[in-house]
Amino acid sequence: MIGADAIIKCLEEEGVKYVFGYPGVAICPFYNSILQSEIQTILIRTEQNAAHAASGMARLTGRPGVCAVTSGPGATNVITGIATAFADSIPLVCITGQVHTDLLGSDSFQEADITGAVESFVKYSYLVKNVADIPRIFREAFHIANTGRRGPVLIDIPINIQNAPISKFQYPAEVNMRTYKPTVKGHAVQIKKVIRELERAKRPIICVGGGVLLSEARDDLREFVEKYRIPVVSTMMGISVMPTEHPLYFGMVGNHGKACANRAMNESDLLIMAGARVADRAVSQPDLITRDKVLVHIDVDPAEIGKNAGPTIPLVGDVKHIFQDFAREEFNCEHEEWLQTLEEYRRTLVVMRSPNPAYVDPAAFITRLSEKMDPDGVYVADVGQNQIWSCSYHIVKEGRFLTSGGMGTMGYSIPAAMGAKLADKRRQVIAVCGDGSFQMSMMELATMRQYDIPVKIIVLKNGYLGMVREYQHYTYKDHYSVVDLSGSPMLDKIAAAYDMRYQLLENMGRVEEVLDTFLGDDKSVLLECLVDPMDLVK
Amino acid sequence: MRKRIYSVLVENRSGVLGKVAGLFARRCFNIDSLTVGETDDPEISCMTIVSSGDERTIEQIEKQLNKKLDVIKVKTFDETQSVSRELMLVKVRHNKGNRREITEICEILRAEIVDMSKHFMMIQICDTPERTKLLLTMLQSISIAEVARTGTLALAKCSENDD
Repeated sequence: MIGADAIIKCLEEEGVKYVFGYPGVAICPFYNSILQSEIQTILIRTEQNAAHAASGMARLTGRPGVCAVTSGPGATNVITGIATAFADSIPLVCITGQVHTDLLGSDSFQEADITGAVESFVKYSYLVKNVADIPRIFREAFHIANTGRRGPVLIDIPINIQNAPISKFQYPAEVNMRTYKPTVKGHAVQIKKVIRELERAKRPIICVGGGVLLSEARDDLREFVEKYRIPVVSTMMGISVMPTEHPLYFGMVGNHGKACANRAMNESDLLIMAGARVADRAVSQPDLITRDKVLVHIDVDPAEIGKNAGPTIPLVGDVKHIFQDFAREEFNCEHEEWLQTLEEYRRTLVVMRSPNPAYVDPAAFITRLSEKMDPDGVYVADVGQNQIWSCSYHIVKEGRFLTSGGMGTMGYSIPAAMGAKLADKRRQVIAVCGDGSFQMSMMELATMRQYDIPVKIIVLKNGYLGMVREYQHYTYKDHYSVVDLSGSPMLDKIAAAYDMRYQLLENMGRVEEVLDTFLGDDKSVLLECLVDPMDLVK
Repeated sequence: MRKRIYSVLVENRSGVLGKVAGLFARRCFNIDSLTVGETDDPEISCMTIVSSGDERTIEQIEKQLNKKLDVIKVKTFDETQSVSRELMLVKVRHNKGNRREITEICEILRAEIVDMSKHFMMIQICDTPERTKLLLTMLQSISIAEVARTGTLALAKCSENDD
């Protein structure tokens, strides 16, 4: 047995089913050994997308997604994908090949100091220098990636270590790291304090973030808020914790959020942030949420608490454990009046849109699409205007909403949708992107074709980098710079080139018929929607 | 702005110093000084980092350090709660005219002359950071050729509930 065989055994021990990647000489021993395994390899068309695909898979399975790329440019290309996962706390294990240990530091061919380069985007990284360390390192890496605050872990393995003989393979039963013991259970005294505040509060609200989904606390949270009738808002990453049309859910907060959600948060007297970072896009003025109210901040990462806003009650721990502990407390609270006020805010919400009938109205289109989607369908939004429209108008039933929230990485939707589809082939997976973001990951249509991954793709085409154009519209008074996408390819021909079905929707006239065909089977389709180039999200 | 000393026990592995220093750079935390050396356990190094910032920054530094997986333990204290020392070597040019002044300064500040040649003299001081700085200021009026400092080393004052 050699190091590469040991790596594969480690992945098997961890129950890994897919590895996304791109080979090169430095990772060839790994890709040679994997042939003997049941683990499926997916040849992605650029390394960044290997990490995105692994991210999509991780978000559906709750297990770290795995990607494996070569040294040098393979490793540097994957960094954006790793940084994207890091910003959204998605568990990944990323394996990079490396040059021979004797050549390390000599600027040899395809050598890159990847552990150094990626340091600020990983939860942890390893450079394997001894083949005997492989089982321990992989055991630790999977543990680190998927406990505490989730995140990517990188393992850099020189080619000679992959080829070195390993005398005996034993996968460690336990992880023993003196420096890593995340707090999972919330402090009992703090939990009691929160319950006291809930009893006292007249206008409580819970703001849920991606942490609720990552700790698989969705059901616990829903049960709790339904029992005590506590209203809920969410951050972008927290979309799909609550069904959009749930009577207790008032939408996404933030500068692109719903006015009623922001009002609910600002006017509350008790705000519980659960698995949310209080990041600038969700809370642009952290002072506002600490003034005149009790702020409870629940997060598994102690460093997030107090980073952007000083809470009244800090509560470190895993959201699922904490809501299970909350559920064990019996208490009374009464805030029907507050719920009525919020309901009134929601009812009187003014939608300012005046769509151009010559084009597809993204708002109406996305709403109609959501209504027709399978209840447990997975909606993957890209980045740009399409993301904001998706956040605002997608109606989540029991499905999932995936997007790159923290890093805002264009091109995320197609590879992430592929990962999600492979994670659960029975589920409907739809990637919604703009013509800019589509072209950033267009090469993956080949991967979809090669491995028969039937993702459905919608391109909201407006011929512009719309989000930047909108910014230039407001900030530079329509002084557009480098946002014109007029060289884009004809999407019908692109679809034909990849042997993919193509549909076109020019305006809302045929929306029912087009969507019925689009969603009618489990094959991949490319649906192009023509959107008014001057349409705005605000 | 408050001064704060962090005594950080870390795994004695390659790259750890870079990770810790990188954390300070990335999050825009100040480093006034950083010293590192092995402890009695060869697998553990101790870093002494002197930093400054407002309350929130001081708290964040500790939390972010604790988040690093190579960090075993972070102890943090103010100067008054610790014994801190700095070692400095200063090479000065001497001549007939300033020799007496130099030796007097050394005597007053309890610095030692540890090496000497026809035109140069090396002075060593091991004292609190303030007194070390004071010596440097005093010698600046003479003629400094070279300076090497360790940065602050510190340990929390002895107390009965030490672990």
